[in-house]
Amino acid sequence: MDLPLSDILSAGHLYALTGAVLVGLGLYAFITQRHPLRQLLAVNVVGAGIFLILGSLGRGPDATDPFPQALVITGIVVAVALTAFGAAMIVRQAETRAAAKPAADDNARGAS
Amino acid sequence: MSPLDLLVAVPLCCMAAALLLGRAARGLILLAAPLMAGLALWLALLPPDAAYLVGQWELPLGILLRADGVARLMILATALVIGAVGLHALVEPPEKPGHAAQAETFWPLVYLLWAGANAGFLTTDLFNLYVTLEMVSLAAVALAAMGSLAAALRYFMIALLGSLAYLLGVALIVARYDTVDVTLLAQLAEPDLATLMALGLMTAGLLIKAALFPMHGWLPPAHAAAPAPASALLSAIAVKLGFVILVRLWFEAFPAITGPAALQVLGGLGAAAVLYGSVQAMRQDRLKALVAYSTVAQVGYLFLAFPLVAGAIDPGDAWAGMTLQAVAHMLAKAAMFLAAGLMLKAAAGERIADLGGLAQAMPLTVTAFGLAAVSLMGLPPSGGFTAKFLLLTAAIEQGAYLYAGVLILGGLLAAVYLFGALAACFAPATTPRTPVTGGLRTAAPLALAGLAIVMGFGGTALVELSAIAAPWAGPALILPEPAP
Repeated sequence: MDLPLSDILSAGHLYALTGAVLVGLGLYAFITQRHPLRQLLAVNVVGAGIFLILGSLGRGPDATDPFPQALVITGIVVAVALTAFGAAMIVRQAETRAAAKPAADDNARGAS
Repeated sequence: MSPLDLLVAVPLCCMAAALLLGRAARGLILLAAPLMAGLALWLALLPPDAAYLVGQWELPLGILLRADGVARLMILATALVIGAVGLHALVEPPEKPGHAAQAETFWPLVYLLWAGANAGFLTTDLFNLYVTLEMVSLAAVALAAMGSLAAALRYFMIALLGSLAYLLGVALIVARYDTVDVTLLAQLAEPDLATLMALGLMTAGLLIKAALFPMHGWLPPAHAAAPAPASALLSAIAVKLGFVILVRLWFEAFPAITGPAALQVLGGLGAAAVLYGSVQAMRQDRLKALVAYSTVAQVGYLFLAFPLVAGAIDPGDAWAGMTLQAVAHMLAKAAMFLAAGLMLKAAAGERIADLGGLAQAMPLTVTAFGLAAVSLMGLPPSGGFTAKFLLLTAAIEQGAYLYAGVLILGGLLAAVYLFGALAACFAPATTPRTPVTGGLRTAAPLALAGLAIVMGFGGTALVELSAIAAPWAGPALILPEPAP
């Protein structure tokens, strides 16, 4: 691609490229981080990247295609629900561990 | 109203009702089980072109529900499995000691799983499939969390990543074709980079959901730790949705661009799963872990069938073998998990060596385990035998002797690990066992295992049912060239 930078940006590729970078960052964090909360955040970054790619697809020169946008909204709803569910499970796990080890202080709970 | 939308709407209403009713929700299954079985039977008897457009929106945007042979068989089997598991859970609530509230959360999850699975089997809309995939994952993770929270979290994370890979693939398809309907994509698909990338991403995501080797790591801990009725639903239904969506993608939407090499990769992974899952199952000393690894092996057969279906000159037999393998595994594995749950409640511990004396104490439950084992091994007469025999015939006809060998070896290995567990039940007990039997408790696994055996007598009727509106039967669709 020997397009000048301004051409790439004006063609609406900026959003898709940013989305691709977010997917890559999120994937990297998902693989390297072990704590479930950090993994959950990493997955959300991947999700945000995908929604950005999907959302940018509907962007036309003068009119916006509503179809990908509708998909993004549904996708965000699903992602929010799953994030809440995952966070609830992580909290429950932390509580169970804290109850099992009453002597453990907050630091140990955070690092588990 | 048609059975197609009722099959999704009824479980969703039941879920809402179960959430509102709380403790009283358990009785709902007495109503839901016969109703859903009736609807599933109605669906199976509909004319071949039965379809339903949700909300009457026309196709590029609308969501099409359509009852092909795969959907009919899977929905009927789902209704039978959830009905039997539900009736079993009515008298044997799935809870850990000291967690009485768990039995209450079980019921809404069952109906969510039911609605998600039925919608997933019926729809041809790739984005709607993503939503159903998440419904099923949500219910499956929560069911797994009833046993081990750590295993459920691991399952959740990996399933989330799988869903996102699938979603990214769908995004690429939207960008390329501006539609996500499988039937339309079948006419539009071209083998360009965007399509290949999309198919690759979707396939990778779905293979995680279907737990095909080497993406199976999350399955054994999650399925082995959950309470028996939850394990039965997870192994029987949750992993099958990923498989059905892959069938939609590979044989309906993109048959023209899936090359023989890619099909051989899927088939090879399937063959590896059969061998690896069986060997791991032999090495387990806990009964539920053995049954869970057996699922890894049985899922392998489903993907081993992919190159056989694509390579056959007349794919009808291989297609039926693949579909019937999914159905037979659903019935047999649900029966086996329920029976194993009862056996472990009566046994001294959860290891296979602790099962001694159970054959005398609870003969009917051990019989159910044995009948399910017969189907999983592929001994005649059983659904498992019909499925594996059809696949074996297809493999030999095509000269795919490697797959034929794996099919035979997989059956032998299954016999080794399942007979090992059965033999332990006949060992003398050190102390007398108090049997956990009676009524629906014992009847549910026995009925499911019996159905898995009776399937073996269904023969050509089931083969014809699986062929309804099959992609290879339609004139507009072209299957890839036979594999060399």
